[in-house]
Amino acid sequence: MPVSAIEEFGENEPIQLDCGHDLAPFSIAYQTYGKLNEARTNAVLICHALTGDQYAADTHPLTGKPGWWSRMIGPGKPIDTDHYFVICTNVLGGCMGSTGPASLNPETGRPYGLDFPVITIADMVRAQERLIERLGIPSLFAVVGGSMGGMQVLEWAASYPEKVFSAIPIATAARHSSQNIAFHEVGRQAVMADPDWRGGRYLEAGVRPRKGLAVARMAAHITYLSDEALHRKFGRNLQDRDCVTFGFDADFQVESYLRHQGMSFVDRFDANSYLYITRAMDYFDLAQDHGGLAQAFRKARSRFCVVSFTSDWLYPTRESREIVQALNAVAANVSFVEIESDKGHDAFLLHEPELFDAVSGFLSAAAERRGL
Amino acid sequence: MDARTPGTGSRVDHLLIADMVEPGARVLDIGCDTGDLLKLLENVRDVDGRGVEISQSGVNFCVAKGLSVVQGDADRDLENYPDQAFDYALLSQTLQATRRPKYVLEQLLRIGRYAIVSFPNFGHWRIRFKLLFNGRMPKTENLPEDWYDTPNIHFCTIKDFISLCEEVDAKIVKPVALNSYGKPLRIGLPLSWQNLFGEQAVFLLTRK
Repeated sequence: MPVSAIEEFGENEPIQLDCGHDLAPFSIAYQTYGKLNEARTNAVLICHALTGDQYAADTHPLTGKPGWWSRMIGPGKPIDTDHYFVICTNVLGGCMGSTGPASLNPETGRPYGLDFPVITIADMVRAQERLIERLGIPSLFAVVGGSMGGMQVLEWAASYPEKVFSAIPIATAARHSSQNIAFHEVGRQAVMADPDWRGGRYLEAGVRPRKGLAVARMAAHITYLSDEALHRKFGRNLQDRDCVTFGFDADFQVESYLRHQGMSFVDRFDANSYLYITRAMDYFDLAQDHGGLAQAFRKARSRFCVVSFTSDWLYPTRESREIVQALNAVAANVSFVEIESDKGHDAFLLHEPELFDAVSGFLSAAAERRGL
Repeated sequence: MDARTPGTGSRVDHLLIADMVEPGARVLDIGCDTGDLLKLLENVRDVDGRGVEISQSGVNFCVAKGLSVVQGDADRDLENYPDQAFDYALLSQTLQATRRPKYVLEQLLRIGRYAIVSFPNFGHWRIRFKLLFNGRMPKTENLPEDWYDTPNIHFCTIKDFISLCEEVDAKIVKPVALNSYGKPLRIGLPLSWQNLFGEQAVFLLTRK
């Protein structure tokens, strides 16, 4: 994917992974928007969600669609590129230019496949930190992200407290719940049950487990929405017909919508990356890693703005509230906004004026404090 | 309470509280509503301010204004804050709306080196007068709701508050009673006069 800038880290600069493996060489692909100021104090790191990538605010090279957060990032937008220098990386383990299971294993000359080491959210953040260092940015003005991106935000604040001036974790949790792990397992099993998955070596065979990955995406997509949003959008409306067919075609609009979501996803995403990234999320448990959630934020110096949505049942408000309580317990500077929305988990990607107001107000106040 | 001092646009009790707060202090405002007091303290005292507000719409409004505010219930959520995490814990016109005023006051004194509490004085002569002659729950300009429709469930008088302070081992550093015009009553006035003519009160407290 040569459209992004790619930073390469050589044999002599390995990254130490949580699984005990040293990964080298490795690459991180990223996009930037806006200009870094002379003092290098206005950099904002955007962390993407499970199926996102570095194309946060510009046209996606594969789909031709606007970036996944183009509502949020840009001139005059809440994350204002007239003032801030925005960096968005493709996570380690991803498939849009950063090293992941589809990359060539230098030891074998073949794609890694399942030989790629299992990575964690902390590993993704370590790789980002190396990139930020390489770009000559001593500390970030803000780290912002939703869902898995929010996990990275929390990890940043816990692991590199001195490098995060402000943090906005949105629609996220400090650990993956049992229910979330269960949904991910369904997705992984769907991928691995596809005969074209071939034990993870599908790239060499010139095939891809399209059906399995599409099913995984369909199941996951339901968890990103809410019953109300689905009902509002589709109800029980039929697709291009007046009555049901008494068969297994996509009679209902919602079926046809999910099939479309599934099939368009396989064109832009690598199945093994899906396995690795869902695993990284499942392993995420900030409290366990630090001996308690408040302990994790013991050294945090950042200003936090935690955001949740009322109809998000994947990362419900009570999980955001746990983060807020832990931050209060160490007297951290925290704001907490719960936004009334019926759009489910996906609300953070959609048109939610209250979200934009909160992010923009919070960042402006933080910018004032940092003298930007 | 909405008595505002002409020319400043700020509530009288807010200005008094601002006078009591040292510049640059760490401040937690409990029941911060739309953040007017926090904004005032940031502007005139350059404080490191945080807020707790029970209504989510109030919180979202404050955050959009750039204030650090979380949704929370004074009756329940203050336990999460560590001892002496703040220089000042503020409770402005909120005490009478809490379910457990004594507990809230204890938490305030634990969280802050100082606590500042402002409240409407139910011992004010006009309220006594209304109750005496009308025989109905008094409504005033500052307390306009009907008895069944008010968020205020634990009214007290200045005398009541002083005895509560004794009960929770609070030392009164500075008591101020304000008359109907928002002017502080003359210092040295006997307590019973303050209780009669003070329409609201502001107390600076610390632990004994």
